Amino acid sequence: MTEVLWLTGKLAGITTILLLVLATPLSWWLARGRSAARTPVTALVALPIVLPPTVLGFYLLIALGPKSPLMLLLQPFGIRTLAFTFEGLVIGSLIYSLPFAVQPLRNAFLAIGDEPLEAAATLGASRWASFWRVALPLSIPGYVAAAILVFAHTVGEFGVVMMLGGNIPGETTVLSTEIYRLVEGLEWGEAHRLSLILLVFAFAVLFTLLALEARSKILLRTRT
Amino acid sequence: MIARRPMLIAALSGALSLMLGGAALAGETKVAVAANFTDAAREIAARFKARTGHDATLSFGSSGQFYTQIANGAPFEVFLSADVERPRKAEAEGLAVPGSRFTYATGRLVLYSKTPGLVDGKGKVLTTGKFEKLSIADPKAAPYGQAAVETLTKLNLYDALKPKIVQGASITQAFQYVQTGAAELGFVALSQVVGEQGGSRWVVPASNHTPIEQQAVLLKTGQNSEAAKAFVTFLKSGEAKAIIKRYGYEVR
Repeated sequence: MTEVLWLTGKLAGITTILLLVLATPLSWWLARGRSAARTPVTALVALPIVLPPTVLGFYLLIALGPKSPLMLLLQPFGIRTLAFTFEGLVIGSLIYSLPFAVQPLRNAFLAIGDEPLEAAATLGASRWASFWRVALPLSIPGYVAAAILVFAHTVGEFGVVMMLGGNIPGETTVLSTEIYRLVEGLEWGEAHRLSLILLVFAFAVLFTLLALEARSKILLRTRT
Repeated sequence: MIARRPMLIAALSGALSLMLGGAALAGETKVAVAANFTDAAREIAARFKARTGHDATLSFGSSGQFYTQIANGAPFEVFLSADVERPRKAEAEGLAVPGSRFTYATGRLVLYSKTPGLVDGKGKVLTTGKFEKLSIADPKAAPYGQAAVETLTKLNLYDALKPKIVQGASITQAFQYVQTGAAELGFVALSQVVGEQGGSRWVVPASNHTPIEQQAVLLKTGQNSEAAKAFVTFLKSGEAKAIIKRYGYEVR
C-alpha cells in the first residue's frame, strides 16, 4: 500500500518536473511564435485529451516494445524494451499529461503581452535574460497551475499504465491500477480505502486550484 | 431530424411490428461472457439462434468486472465466468438461481510464443531463462494466472523467474503482451491460440495445476426469461459441447 502510494507520487512528481521544463519552449512558441504550423501543433498537443488512454497505451506498448525501430536505436545502450518499466511509464505520462502543462503555460505567456518584453529589450536585455527576469516571474501562477494539473492528471492516469505497465510491484503498479486489481479480485474493502485516498486528494487539488484562480485570475479555461 | 417525418416513423413502426409479430415466441437474453470464451460463445449463440429463434446478446469482459456489475444490478441474465469462485459467490449472495451453477468448460493452459522454435514441447525453455519477459494473467483475478503460478511453482521455477514475470490484468491482456512481442512468451489459454498458425507452444499437462473450471450460472434476473433458460439448456447440449471442444476446452 505505501509502496503503491510512493510509486504513484514518484511517477507524478518526475512527470511534473520534466514536463514543466519540456513544455516551456513549446508553450512559448505556441503563445508568441508567428509560424503557421502553430495550429496543427496545438491540435497534436491536445490529442491526449481526446484519445482514449488505452489507445495511447497500446501504441506505446508497441512503440516501446522490443520489436519497435525506436528501441533498436537504444540497443547499443543495453536497453531492449521500455515496456513494463518505470521509465516507460514516465514516457507515457509525459505524453498523456502534455496538454495539461502546455495549456496553462501558453495562457500565462499570452497574458504577459508585448510591453514588458519590449521594455526589457529597450533596456538592453537579451531575449534569454528577458525571459528569465521578466517573463518567467510574471508566469509563476501559470507554472503553479500547470504543476498541479499535471501532477493530478498523472495520479489519475489509468489506461496508459494498464496497457504498458504489466503490474510489477514497485516498478509499474500505481494507485489507479491497484484499485482496479482489487475490485477485480473482489477485495472491495481495500479498494474502498485506496479510492477514498484518491477522492480526498482529487478534491484537495481542485479546491487548491480554484483558490489559486480566484487569487491570481489564471485562465484555466481550455481555449482553442 | 426524424421527428419531423411522421410518415417515416409510421412506416418504420409498421415494419417493426410486422417483424416482431412474425417472431412472437422468440425472446432475447443478455449474457455476460468471460473474455477467454469469446469465440466459442459467438458460435454457440449463432447455433442457439438457429435452433431456438432466441437471440443471445453477448457482452465480453473480465469475470471480476462482470461480478461487480451483476452485484450492482447489471441487466445480465446468464453469467459465463472464467472461474468457479464468482458464480459460487453469485449463488451465495442470492444473485443467482440456486442449483443452476454448472461447469460448462475446463480450460487448458499453454505456454505460447510468437517466435517459432522458442518454446519446446516440454516447456524446457523456462529452465534456460533465455527470455526477458514472461507474461501471465493476474493470478488474483484470473484462474489462468493462478494456474500459471501453480505450474511454475511445481517446476520449482517461480522464485527464479519472478523478476521476469509481467502481469496482464486479464488473460486477454497476457495474450496481448505476447502478440505484440512486448513479452517473448506467456502462459495463455489454449482457446486463444487454437486458431493461431505458427509460433511455438507447450500445452501444459493438466496435472501441473488445479483444473481451470469455468462455471456458468442462471442469474435471478433471468429466472423468468424463456430465452435465458433455453440458453443455459443449450449450453449443456451435445451440440454446444462439440463447439466448446473445438475451441480448445475440455468438456465433461
